[in-house]
Amino acid sequence: MNILLFTILIWLGSIIAGFLGSLTGLGGGVVIVPLLTLVFKVDIRYAIGASLVSVIATSSGAAAAYVKEGFTNIRIGMFLEIATTVGALIGAFLVLRLATPMIAVIFGLVLLYSAYLSSHTRSENAVIDKSDSLAVRLRMEGVYPTLQGIKPYSVGSVPVGFSLMFVAGIVSGLLGIGSGAIKVLAMDRAMRLPFKVSTATSNFMIGVTAAASAGIYLNKGYIDPGLTMPVMLGVLFGSSLGARHLFSAETKKLRILFSIVILVLAIEMIYSGMKAGVVK
Amino acid sequence: MNNIKEELVNHRTEIVIGNLLRIGVITAASIVLFGGIIYLFRHGLVSADYKIFQRVPYDLCNVRGILKSAFSFHGRGFIQLGLLLLIATPIARVALSIFAFARKRDTLYIIVTSIVFVILIYSLFGRM
Repeated sequence: MNILLFTILIWLGSIIAGFLGSLTGLGGGVVIVPLLTLVFKVDIRYAIGASLVSVIATSSGAAAAYVKEGFTNIRIGMFLEIATTVGALIGAFLVLRLATPMIAVIFGLVLLYSAYLSSHTRSENAVIDKSDSLAVRLRMEGVYPTLQGIKPYSVGSVPVGFSLMFVAGIVSGLLGIGSGAIKVLAMDRAMRLPFKVSTATSNFMIGVTAAASAGIYLNKGYIDPGLTMPVMLGVLFGSSLGARHLFSAETKKLRILFSIVILVLAIEMIYSGMKAGVVK
Repeated sequence: MNNIKEELVNHRTEIVIGNLLRIGVITAASIVLFGGIIYLFRHGLVSADYKIFQRVPYDLCNVRGILKSAFSFHGRGFIQLGLLLLIATPIARVALSIFAFARKRDTLYIIVTSIVFVILIYSLFGRM
C-alpha cells in the first residue's frame, strides 16, 4: 500500500473513531489503537503515540464547549493533576520498558472495563451535605448551575479520588488514551461531584494528563508525523461531528453498538498480545 | 454569597481560556494539514511501512530539531511543529491558571499549579 492510500484510509477510520468516541464520552483513543494495530498492522508504540496526540486535540478543542455546559472546578482539577501527571510520567516510562505483547494485553483488559462502563448509564449522585475534611482545607467546594438556580456542592473523599487519578494517569501514559472513564469514576463515585462539574473537570484534566506523557513520547521517537497527521486530523473532525449529535435519539442504540465493538476489539487485542508473546 | 460571585468570575475566565485553546488547536491542525500536503506530494507514492518500529529520526524528536526542519520546508517538520503546538495547548492552560491564581493571591494553588507546570515542562524538555 502506498502512503497516500494508507493516509486516506487511516484518516477515514479516525473520523469514525472520533465520532463514536465523542458520542459515547469514551474518547477516540480506545478505538484508534486497536484500529491501527489490528487492521493496519502498525506497531503499537506508533499507535499509542498517534492516539495520545489526538486525545490532546479533542480535549483542548472541546474545552470551550464543555465550559459552556458545566462548571470546571479548577482547584479540584489542578490538585488531582499532580496525581495524573506523575502517573502519566510513570506510564510513559513503563511503555519504554514493557514488551509490546504485554502492552497489547493490558490495553485489551482496559478496553473490557471501558465496554462495561459504557454499557451502563451514569446516575446522578444524591448531594452529600458534609465535605471531606481535606477538601475543606483545600477549599475545593464550589457551586454549579441547576434548574433551581446556582447551588453549592460538597466534595467527598479526596484521598480515594487522588489515588484513582494516579491510576488514571498511569493508564493514560501507558496506553495513549485519555482514560476519561477512570477520571469520571473518581470524581462521580469517590468525590461525589455533580455531573456538570465532573464531566467538565475531567475534560480539562485529560488534555493536561496527556501532555505530560506526550513530551516523553515525542523525545523517544514514538510520535511519527506521517501516521499521526491523518489520525489527529480525523479524530478532531470526527469528534466535532459527534459533539453536534450528542443529544439525538439514536445515541442509546449507538452506545450499545459501541460497547459491542469495544468488546470485540478487547478480545482481539488480548488474543493478539498473547499469541505474539507465545511465539516469542 | 461571595462564593457564587467568585465562581462566576472563574467561569468567565474559563470561557476565555476555552476559546484561546480552540484557536490554538485550529492553528495546530492547520499547520499539520499544510505539512501533510507537502509530505504527501513528496512521498505519497512510496510504500507505507509501520509494522517495524524504528524510532522517528532524532531531528523530529526535539524542539530545536523540529523548528530547523520546519524552516527548511520539510513536510514532516511542519507536521511535528503543529503537533508540538498542540501539546503546548494544555501546558498553556496550566500556565494561564498560575496567573489567574496569582491575581487572587491564592498561594496554596499557585504552588499546586506550579508543581503541575514543572512536571509538564520536565516531560517536554527533560531527559529520561
